[in-house]
Amino acid sequence: MGGWNELYRENILDHYKHPRNRGTLEQPDITYEDANPLCGDELRMELRVKDGRIEQVRWTGHGCSISQAAASMLSERIEGRTLDEVKQLSRDDMLEMLGIELGPVRLKCALLALKTLKAGVYGITQWPGEEEEEGGS
Amino acid sequence: MAQWTATAALPQPRPFDPRAVRQQFPIFRARREPPLVYLDSAATSQKPDAVLEAMNEYYSLYNANIHRGIYRIAEQATAAYEDARAHLARFLNAGSPREVIFTRNSTEALNLIAYSWGRANLRAGDAILLTEMEHHSNLVPWQILAAERQVELRFIPMTPEGELDLEPLPRLLGDGRVKLVSVVHVSNVLGTVNPVAEIVSAARAAGAVVVVDASQSVPHLPVDVRALGCDFLACTGHKMLGPTGIGALWGRRELLEAMPPFLGGGEMIREVKLTESKWNELPWKFEAGTMAIAEAVGLGAALLYLEGLGMDAVFAHDRELAAYALGRLREVPDLRLLGPPLERRGGVIAFELGDIHPHDVATVLDSHGVAVRAGHHCAMPLHRKLGVVASVRASFHCYSVPEEVDALVEGLHHARSVFG
Repeated sequence: MGGWNELYRENILDHYKHPRNRGTLEQPDITYEDANPLCGDELRMELRVKDGRIEQVRWTGHGCSISQAAASMLSERIEGRTLDEVKQLSRDDMLEMLGIELGPVRLKCALLALKTLKAGVYGITQWPGEEEEEGGS
Repeated sequence: MAQWTATAALPQPRPFDPRAVRQQFPIFRARREPPLVYLDSAATSQKPDAVLEAMNEYYSLYNANIHRGIYRIAEQATAAYEDARAHLARFLNAGSPREVIFTRNSTEALNLIAYSWGRANLRAGDAILLTEMEHHSNLVPWQILAAERQVELRFIPMTPEGELDLEPLPRLLGDGRVKLVSVVHVSNVLGTVNPVAEIVSAARAAGAVVVVDASQSVPHLPVDVRALGCDFLACTGHKMLGPTGIGALWGRRELLEAMPPFLGGGEMIREVKLTESKWNELPWKFEAGTMAIAEAVGLGAALLYLEGLGMDAVFAHDRELAAYALGRLREVPDLRLLGPPLERRGGVIAFELGDIHPHDVATVLDSHGVAVRAGHHCAMPLHRKLGVVASVRASFHCYSVPEEVDALVEGLHHARSVFG
């Protein structure tokens, strides 16, 4: 079913109402913006990177609670991690952080932050989880 | 044989009882917890027993391809299909059933005009006049055509209240370059009922052919193509209690006669040689391949059902419910209604709820069993013009009841408490 009480678990609402790492950096090494025009979710991620390790993350954006909570959770997860570790993050990792089941429309909300991050760091512009299909034969 | 061949049913005493109507729709009889509160009829309507039975009867008793078989059930199927066409012609007050071409939906009807009429008649330097209120289906086919033919696209502006601003119309039509005007009758987002007859007379006076996108009007109010004065009109079955996969294009006979075919294939030809063919006559010239026969039969049953209610009564019901909903929605703090005043709208209400994203609103409403549309409703330019990213939309039909509005309002209060 996926009613509001399942979808909007306390931690999602907490991240939505009290977003972590929201803001901008003075001199980011990597900046990337992406949007999900179908729902109007927008996201901008800024990273400061030193020796292949993410020192600081800030993000701004607006959209639904899922997209914004996902950005907040992801920013916490990647701070201090290497770019290689970021590359390994999968769609399932993101869904695990959110801890919910999502239908196809709202899956894009959940994955926008990870998509933006990967595009900024690696230039991978496909939706997480769809890279193989699109890059394949 | 076919119940829909009966002479058009006289309207029953009005107004009808929406609760009794509701009982004739199996989806509302199905038990579920919470009960279904269906406020998304502008996306697609629910289907009454009569429609489902008519389709089932076709498949169960006389399933055969049309216009071909020299046997009884094939003739029966052909008669039922052509009866549905004649019925729709009467429903729209068209001059002849030959002017009614079955399509998959309004989108295909609009594309048919763009491909067939547009490619035969538009040259570089011509212009097409649309409005800022259009559904994507009445924008994209013209954008494709405009790019291909170096045709200019012009737009009748929309006011912040969500109504067409006709003041610049004389200027937009003034240079004589506009060859086609295509305008939505009732907005799928805001419910605005546009002054189409006024636009038609100005456009025709300027020598333009006029298309009306009647996707949201034909299902909800009396539409008379001759009274509107337009040249083409597009409508779709699934928003008018009929099945998906069947829609129609109505066009003036002389225009349709002069147009080249849209799709090539069987049925649309009179004679085929290996390298050339002669086209069939109207309307079959535009109906290539096996059509959606069961769906046409279902649409015929839907028309009969709507006639039983009376289209005046359906529209009165929509507006009564819209009036009730507008009043109740004003009770909800931070709710911002979009669109025109009640006098100029049908049974569609779009709104924003504070800063809460429409998807979040819709998800909370879903937990109350309330089905609404959240997003841009295939009208991104309209939303951009209103300065909103997306909206929540509630829309009604003949089976909608005030209790559904109450459930919506209750759900909205809940959404505020979750995200407040």
